[in-house]
Amino acid sequence: MKLLWFHLMPYTRLPEDFAERHPSVWVDIDSRLFDPALAHGMYNEFMDELEHAAEVGFDGVCVNEHHQNAYGLMPSPNLIAASLARRTRDAALVVMGNSLALYNPPVRVAEEMAMLDCISGGRLVAGFPVGTPMDTCFAYGQNPSQLRQRYHEAHDLIVKAWTEPSPFAWNGRFHKLRYVNVWPRPLQKPHPPIWIPGGGSVETWRWCAERDYVYSYLSYFGYKLGKATMQGFWQEMARLGKEPNPYRAGFLQFVGVAETRAEAMELYRGPAEYFYGRCLHVDARYAAPPGYSSEATLRARVQSQVVQAAQRASSERQASAGPRFEDIVEQGYVIIGSPDEVADQLRQVATDLRVGQLMLLLQFGDMDRQLTMHNSELFAKRVMPQLRGLWDDQWENHWWPRPLPPPLRAAVRERARA
Amino acid sequence: MRVPDERKVRVPRGGEARVWELGTGAPLCFLGGLRGLPRWPAFLDRLAARRRVIAPSLPGFPGARGHEELDDLADWVVAVLDLLEAAGAAGADLVGASVGATLAAEIAAFSRESVRRLALIAPFGLFDEREPVADVFALRKSEVAPMLCADPAQYEAFLAREGGEDEIEWQVTQLRAEEAAARLLWPTGDRGLAKRLHRIAAPTLLVWGSQDRVVPASYAKRFAAGLGGLVQIRSVEGAGHMAELDAPDAIADAVLEFLR
Repeated sequence: MKLLWFHLMPYTRLPEDFAERHPSVWVDIDSRLFDPALAHGMYNEFMDELEHAAEVGFDGVCVNEHHQNAYGLMPSPNLIAASLARRTRDAALVVMGNSLALYNPPVRVAEEMAMLDCISGGRLVAGFPVGTPMDTCFAYGQNPSQLRQRYHEAHDLIVKAWTEPSPFAWNGRFHKLRYVNVWPRPLQKPHPPIWIPGGGSVETWRWCAERDYVYSYLSYFGYKLGKATMQGFWQEMARLGKEPNPYRAGFLQFVGVAETRAEAMELYRGPAEYFYGRCLHVDARYAAPPGYSSEATLRARVQSQVVQAAQRASSERQASAGPRFEDIVEQGYVIIGSPDEVADQLRQVATDLRVGQLMLLLQFGDMDRQLTMHNSELFAKRVMPQLRGLWDDQWENHWWPRPLPPPLRAAVRERARA
Repeated sequence: MRVPDERKVRVPRGGEARVWELGTGAPLCFLGGLRGLPRWPAFLDRLAARRRVIAPSLPGFPGARGHEELDDLADWVVAVLDLLEAAGAAGADLVGASVGATLAAEIAAFSRESVRRLALIAPFGLFDEREPVADVFALRKSEVAPMLCADPAQYEAFLAREGGEDEIEWQVTQLRAEEAAARLLWPTGDRGLAKRLHRIAAPTLLVWGSQDRVVPASYAKRFAAGLGGLVQIRSVEGAGHMAELDAPDAIADAVLEFLR
C-alpha cells in the first residue's frame, strides 16, 4: 500500500468567532483577516512539514489547488511542488491538481507539469480535478454550464500535447491553437500517472475506468461516509469488467496519532474543531451553481439519501459553532488513537474501501509544526510498518511514478543561502 | 385561466421546441424569464385577450433542449432566430422578460427585420459596478423567491409542481432552466450588449418593477441611453424582477398599450 502525506495549507489564525461573524471561508472571505507576515511563517512551516514527511518515509507528498479560500493557501500547487522537487529526493510529488478548465490555454498545465516531472527526475503524479464550484465558477468566473465540457477538452489537449511527437494544430470547441508543441516534455513516458480527484459521480468513475486513471475521493468526512461512494466506484468497476486492483483508488483520511487515545483526544481536539468549525464554514450559496452537476448526477443524488444526509448534516453543523471533537471522532471524520489503534483502523478502512493509494491528512486546522511533525513521525515509525505490506503481495501499482534510476539523477547542491 | 394550443416545431439545435399559442389578432411573441414557462401564466392570458400570443420555449427552458450546444452569443442569437422562424414569429412584436428580454434585445440588434416593436421587461445585459446586478446564481434556497418576486407566493405558485409530474424530473427541469440562463448570463449578464444597443431600431418599451432586486430599476435609464430608436420607460409600482408574475395586469396593459 502507498501512504501519502497531504497538505491543504489552511490559514491557521482565523478568529474564534469566525463562523458567527463571517458568511464563508471561501469566495468572499474577508481579506482583512489575512496577515501576510503571518502567512510568511505559515507557508514556511507547511513546506517544512511536507519536506519532513518525505524525510520520515512517506511514499509521496500531496498538494492541491484552491482559490479565495482560507483553508487552502495554494492557488498554485505547482509553486510548492517546484520547491519540493528540489528539497525532496525519492518521494512522489502528487499534485492533486490543476483544475484544467481554469488554464487558458490548457497547454500551460502540460508545460508546468512537464517542468515538474523533469526537475524531480520523473516523480510527478498529475492530478486533474474539475475543481469545486467555489474555486472554478465563483472565484475564477467559469461558466458552470460549460465547465465540464471545457475540462474534457483541456484534458484531451494536454494528453495529446504530452504524447504527440510532432507539432499539431488544435481546433477545439473552446481552444484554437495553431502550433501545439510543448517544450519541455515530461520525463515519464507516455506521461506522468494521471489521478482524478472526484466526488461521487458515475460519469467520473466511468471516465476513469475508460482511461485507466486512478480515482481518488478526497472526502473531509472520513471513511464512514466515504464508504458508500467507494462501494459505488467498485461496483461500477466490476460492471465494466475492470480488475479490482486497489491501486485504482485513492482516499483521503484525517488522522491524529499519540501514545494513547486519551492523549490523542487532548492533542487533536483543537485542530479538528478548528477545521470542521471554521475551515468548512462554506456558504451554501456557492455550493451548487446551476449546471455544475450533470443531470444524471442530480437524478442520482436526489435519490441518494446518504449524500443528502451528509450535506444537510454538515451545513447544519456549520451554521452553529461547528461539531464537537467527540462527534468528529465518532463519525469517523478523524481517526485518532495510539499507533496500534490507528493502524488497526486504517487497515480496516483500506480493506473496506479497497484503497491502495491512501492519503493521510496529518496536519489539519490550526495544528502547529511541532505537533504536525510529532504526528508524522509517530505515524511513520509505528503505524506505517503495520500497513506497508497490505495489497502488495497480490496487486501491482500501475499508477505510480517511474523516476530515473538514482545514478542518473541530478545532484542538488546543498544549502545555497544568499 | 385558458389553455393555450401546444405544438412542437423542429429547430436545428436541440431537436424539438414547444410553442404555446393563444388568442387572435396581430401576433405577439413572448420569450420567458429566468425559469422559462413551466406553466401558462396569467400575464399571457391577459395579452391573449387582445393579441395572438406565440410563446416558443428557449433552449434549455421548459419545453426545449439544446442549450448545452450553445457556446457563445452567436450560437444563442442563431438559435433564437431559428426558433422565431420555426414558430412563425419572425417579424412580429417581440416581448421578453429577464433573460428572455436580453435575447429579444440581441435579436433586435442583430436582425432588425425580425422585430416590429420591442418590449423588454427587466432585461439583463448591462452591468454597472456602482450599482451591480444581483448574482441570481448564488442564492440560498430561502433567498430565491423573495429575490425574484416582490410577492414570493407568486413565484412559488408559478414553480409549483403539477399534480402528475415526477418530483425528480420536475426538479431537473427547473435546474436545467437555471443552467440555460447561467449558460447565457454567467457571471454578470454582460455579453457586450452595450456595444450593440444602437443597432436596435425597433421602437422599444422598457418595463421595470419598482421593487426589482435583481436588475435595479435604474437600469432602464442605462438601456434607454444606449438605444437607437424611440424609447419609452414604464415603472410598475410594487413589482419585483419577475414583474409579469407580481403584476400581470399592469405589465400586460403597459405592453399592449405600447404595441398598439
